[in-house]
Amino acid sequence: MKSFRRFIDKIKPHFSKGGKFEMLHSTFEAFESFLFVSNQVTTKGAHIRDALDMKRAMSVVVAATVPALLFGMWNTGYQHNLSVGLEVTLWENFVFGFLKVFPIIVVSYVVGLGIEFAVAQIRGHEVNEGFLVSGILIPLIIPVDVPLWMVALATAFAVIIGKEVFGGTGMNILNPALTARAFLFFAYPSWMSGDTVWIEGLTKGQGVIDGFSGATPLANAAAGMFEKIPSVWEMFLGTIPGSIGETSVIAILIGAVILVATGMGSWKIMFSMIAGGLVMGLLFNAFAVNPYMEISAWHHLIMGGFAFGAVFMATDPVTAAQTERGKWIYGFLTGFLAILIRVINPAYPEGVMLAILLMNVFAPLIDHYVIEANIKKRVKRIKS
Amino acid sequence: MNDREPLFSSKNMKLLTNPLNIDNPITVQVLGVCSALAITVKLEPSVVMAISVVVVLAVSNVVISALRKMIPPRIRIIVQLTVIATMVILVDQVLKAFAYDVSKQLSVFVGLIITNCIIMGRLEAFAMGNRPWPAFLDGIGNSAGYGLILVIVGLLRELLGSGEIWGYPILEKLGVYNIGYENNGLMILPPMALIIIGVIIWVQRSRTKELIEES
Repeated sequence: MKSFRRFIDKIKPHFSKGGKFEMLHSTFEAFESFLFVSNQVTTKGAHIRDALDMKRAMSVVVAATVPALLFGMWNTGYQHNLSVGLEVTLWENFVFGFLKVFPIIVVSYVVGLGIEFAVAQIRGHEVNEGFLVSGILIPLIIPVDVPLWMVALATAFAVIIGKEVFGGTGMNILNPALTARAFLFFAYPSWMSGDTVWIEGLTKGQGVIDGFSGATPLANAAAGMFEKIPSVWEMFLGTIPGSIGETSVIAILIGAVILVATGMGSWKIMFSMIAGGLVMGLLFNAFAVNPYMEISAWHHLIMGGFAFGAVFMATDPVTAAQTERGKWIYGFLTGFLAILIRVINPAYPEGVMLAILLMNVFAPLIDHYVIEANIKKRVKRIKS
Repeated sequence: MNDREPLFSSKNMKLLTNPLNIDNPITVQVLGVCSALAITVKLEPSVVMAISVVVVLAVSNVVISALRKMIPPRIRIIVQLTVIATMVILVDQVLKAFAYDVSKQLSVFVGLIITNCIIMGRLEAFAMGNRPWPAFLDGIGNSAGYGLILVIVGLLRELLGSGEIWGYPILEKLGVYNIGYENNGLMILPPMALIIIGVIIWVQRSRTKELIEES
């Protein structure tokens, strides 16, 4: 380790101002602070210091996604072997899924980080760790069968159009991972919905056993085949077809506990989003003019991407509402709209992605009015 | 303006060339974006739309410029609208007679040239205060600048969204579908046209020094 540090120090002058590789300064900077903790600290003024920098924050979120990721890998193998009628061990399922999911993760990271580094280089910024989380979230929210070049294209679109044009990490209006998914959803709809893309091998028409359907619970519900919706336990555990990381509510809950315990994700948003979903579900139950509206409200919470969206997507600190009261409103409306889109709009079996993106756009407005209201309240207090 | 100024003086040529780049109606003045999003799904309607706007704007500019001293200022807008509407109806009838398919594709948007902000904007800002010849050049220049963006967007959207150029299935002939390529459905939707125009503005602004805003 010491010698490595010495090596870094030795080559450092080349990358500093006036050095041979000055233009690669931000790349060097990124690797140095990635390998060693950055020793650049603010020197002037009084600060409350904390070891929590962006890298730490991002690492915690990545760690929180690990249960969902591991389960997703296993489930990929499990669903595939279920579709072809093979009985294999847990480990074999996992390895199969790992080999399918890992390339997607690699593509997502290579493309995303490549663009981040290039942009930082061109602009003379330091490389931001912002993509570390998006890079793992993108594979988790897409079907396993999406071709890799589409993943690469969607990632590039999300990073460039969704993030860099607004000024990079922290300046984006829309959640980058969901931007990538939305891009795929509208650009290549046949790869993002239907009943074959969720399970590896089905799109290529590999031998499927009789009576097997790769449709997600939501697709079944939208098609009116309510008897085909898996049992509550299956949906809670996650042994159902779906996007790689979204199926298992248990794995997501573990992630939620990590996020809330470390203060990375706002429990207010998660809680209010679930409340919003429940309220909308109960409203539908109350009217119940068609069979879809009769699905009990809490069923909606464990179907599709609701849990994943509530825990990992809506809580994105950049794109969510910033004010504490705003978070309640933001979360509630996200859940409310997600179930509304899901049940009412036949074109979109799942509404969580669109609901979160829509509320991302409204988050600054919510914040604005929360702050205005607070100012008004305080002005009133002074005057009285 | 001097009577003896040559027809293609550098000042007059500027009227023609500026709108193509540093004074582009769509990317710099940000006018006429609505129709640029709506009709650029394919190249052919984009080109037809561009030509229609060239005709309407050039002729209206000349007419309004010739009449400019006779038009009472208080009713100038309605006079301008009458001239534009006449031209648009003419263009619409010609399209229906000679290019019926494209005319159907463009549907209501030919009629909506009347409300295209570029045309009103040029009549009001230029033709009302200049002689017919510069007004003609200004009309051609601005509508060509509009048309240029339309053609770029239309070409990209047709190529990436449908895999064709002017209806010719170029990507299929090249065989890219066999290696797993697929058409991008987002390109066909209007939001992508807005993103493409945004990217064009981005590229143009970063290449043209005059347009870089002080921050």
